[in-house]
Amino acid sequence: MPPAPVNVSSRRPRMRWLDNLWPWLCGASVALSLLMLGALLALLLVRGLGHFWPTTLEEVTLSSGDRFAGYSVREVALPLETGNERLYFTGNQDITGSRWRWVTLAEIAERSQPADLIRVDRTPWGDFIGRLEALEQSGQRWEGDAAWQRLTALLTLPASQREESQLLLSTVSGQTLRQPLANVVSAQAPNAMSWWQKTFVWGDAVWRFLSEGPRAANTDGGVWPAIFGTVLMVILMSVIVTPFGVLAAIYLNEIAHQGQLTRLVRIGVRNLAGVPSIVYGVFGLGVFVYGLGSSLDEWFFSDTLPSPTFGTGGLLWASLTLALLTLPVVIVATEEGLARIPEAQREGAVALGATRLEMLTRIVLPMAAPAMLTGVILAIARAAGEVAPLMLVGVAKLAPQMPIDGDFPYLHLERKFMHLGYHLFDTAFHGEDVQAAIPLVYATALLLVLIVLVLNLTAIFLRHYLRRQRGNEC
Amino acid sequence: MLASLHSTTTSQAPVTHFSSDSSCLSIDHFNLAYAGKKALHDLTLSVPRHRVTAFIGPSGCGKSTLLRAINRLHDLNESVTHSGKIMLEGQAIYDPKMNVTELRRRVGMVFQTPNPFPMSIYENVAFGLRLQQRLPKRKRDDIIEWALTSAALWDEVKDRLHRSAWQLSGGQQQRLVIARTLAVQPDVLLLDEPASALDPISTLKIEDLIRNLKSELTLVLVTHNMQQAARVSDYTAFLHQGELVEYGPTDQVFTNPRLQHTENYITGRMT
Repeated sequence: MPPAPVNVSSRRPRMRWLDNLWPWLCGASVALSLLMLGALLALLLVRGLGHFWPTTLEEVTLSSGDRFAGYSVREVALPLETGNERLYFTGNQDITGSRWRWVTLAEIAERSQPADLIRVDRTPWGDFIGRLEALEQSGQRWEGDAAWQRLTALLTLPASQREESQLLLSTVSGQTLRQPLANVVSAQAPNAMSWWQKTFVWGDAVWRFLSEGPRAANTDGGVWPAIFGTVLMVILMSVIVTPFGVLAAIYLNEIAHQGQLTRLVRIGVRNLAGVPSIVYGVFGLGVFVYGLGSSLDEWFFSDTLPSPTFGTGGLLWASLTLALLTLPVVIVATEEGLARIPEAQREGAVALGATRLEMLTRIVLPMAAPAMLTGVILAIARAAGEVAPLMLVGVAKLAPQMPIDGDFPYLHLERKFMHLGYHLFDTAFHGEDVQAAIPLVYATALLLVLIVLVLNLTAIFLRHYLRRQRGNEC
Repeated sequence: MLASLHSTTTSQAPVTHFSSDSSCLSIDHFNLAYAGKKALHDLTLSVPRHRVTAFIGPSGCGKSTLLRAINRLHDLNESVTHSGKIMLEGQAIYDPKMNVTELRRRVGMVFQTPNPFPMSIYENVAFGLRLQQRLPKRKRDDIIEWALTSAALWDEVKDRLHRSAWQLSGGQQQRLVIARTLAVQPDVLLLDEPASALDPISTLKIEDLIRNLKSELTLVLVTHNMQQAARVSDYTAFLHQGELVEYGPTDQVFTNPRLQHTENYITGRMT
């Protein structure tokens, strides 16, 4: 008997309108995600790189007759009255006691941008904003434009060769100041600069940010030791985690009997990837630093005890802890790569008289190399951004020595090191002048993103190269 | 050769023995089981030297299993157990003293799906050679040219030896795999349905190649294609459910089978 024809009125309502809508919903999700990512990058780029642009300096006269020079940072509405209030960066902390000044817009009588305003960056006290009166060097004296030219010439010399020189500076409100030239980092007259000169100064400032050490308790200066520490730590971590992860994956996929126990181990490994990173930090502190490190100190460095050598956080322990943290990622990615290699390839090699080891090293591992690199890429991406475990096992607010230097044995695994992620955290929340550190936080964050990007791109290009070499398209 | 066969007409038992000087492989009461499940039952037959012997039978009859047993490929699978003997030129291949990698060099294997390695054509053929010995480049080049010529592939690939083997067509890949196996100079070549994944023209090329190669070595061919077995083989063994049903010269098995069972299968009347 044929089935009864479908009664139109009893059909399930199908919601036709949803049929046309759902692709738009999916598209909107993508658009929103991209928008947020784009906004993140744009914010970091603008705030991070904009900080180094030579800002035009203003001379502000208040209705009370008071004067100051600086540039406005932001403007907010007054809490109780109508009108706005503006925050100026004024520098001159040694003279006025603060680098910032809030003024209401109603107070401002006059604003101008005189070309002779200069900004001098000094090692204690930070920025000075005002005018250059004169420059004195071993009894000689320059004034006006001659002083400025002499100053720019002298600043190209190293600090030790300018000890004889002094600057005579004056603020817009009339105070004067004698500034030894040896303490001056840079000087600029942004109001007199052309666009090209500003670009050049900007490039120079970016370069100094990248290549110099931090100053003024991390609220000023550059981040070179932190870049160096981050990259070195990530490289050491990769060197440790790759062989361990690959060997473990080979055991799990190629050697172990594929029974319940192996499945349990596999599930365990996958779940380890989800353990909060601070837990790894605690483990690293307890086992590596206090356990292994203290023993190493007792055996090999007993003459320096009680001051610890390896018994305190350091580069080696931090790399080991992060290697442990990223081990599951490498194992899982490698295992997936190994599992994807057709059995026919293994049998082909074995049937030609290859031993199991030859089959592994000549056929299986080369074919799985891109997958291994994917694992390492993921590990790098995770490790470069980790901060929490590092705080426990070796990162420092300010490391006095770099982990690599000219002293034997050149690579100092026991030293504490600086890390961009921690530097960012420290700059943002632990500085004495948080307001001044905000642009540096953005710049550091941008740099951290760029470093992860560069490390990843390196691994991706390497993977691409390996695939090209094998001349296949899988 | 036919004269050396034991009483092909008088006995009901399948023909299984050649005189020892013309037999290359002899399988003697061989049993094999996957995780306790029997796949081969008490097989006894010998494969003559410099001839093509075809194993035919329905799917799951154990013909591929037997082929892999000759190469000891089942060693990779720990659930496989076996008993009985397989002798290669008088040596028991499952002898604990047997060098398995040397056995596999002497007994080459070509699989159903072409499995060239992800490297250049040259490196594919050189793979087995490099495992065996360190040769000067000139010598190695000569062997590779010889192997590719023997596999009727040289003219097609001589200008692109260093290109990826994966860019070749399926039929070329299968001939490359044969060349790769020939390069280590095996005594026996096992072919597990070598043409079943190929188009008719490539199949003909492989069949020509099989006929030409028997002057060099002994070939064992597993196929489910009756016409192919009839075209290229000198001897045919019909297996069913892990047992040897009938074995004899191909002409005889195809034109005048002793058993009704064999005839049914060959003529396609068996379900």
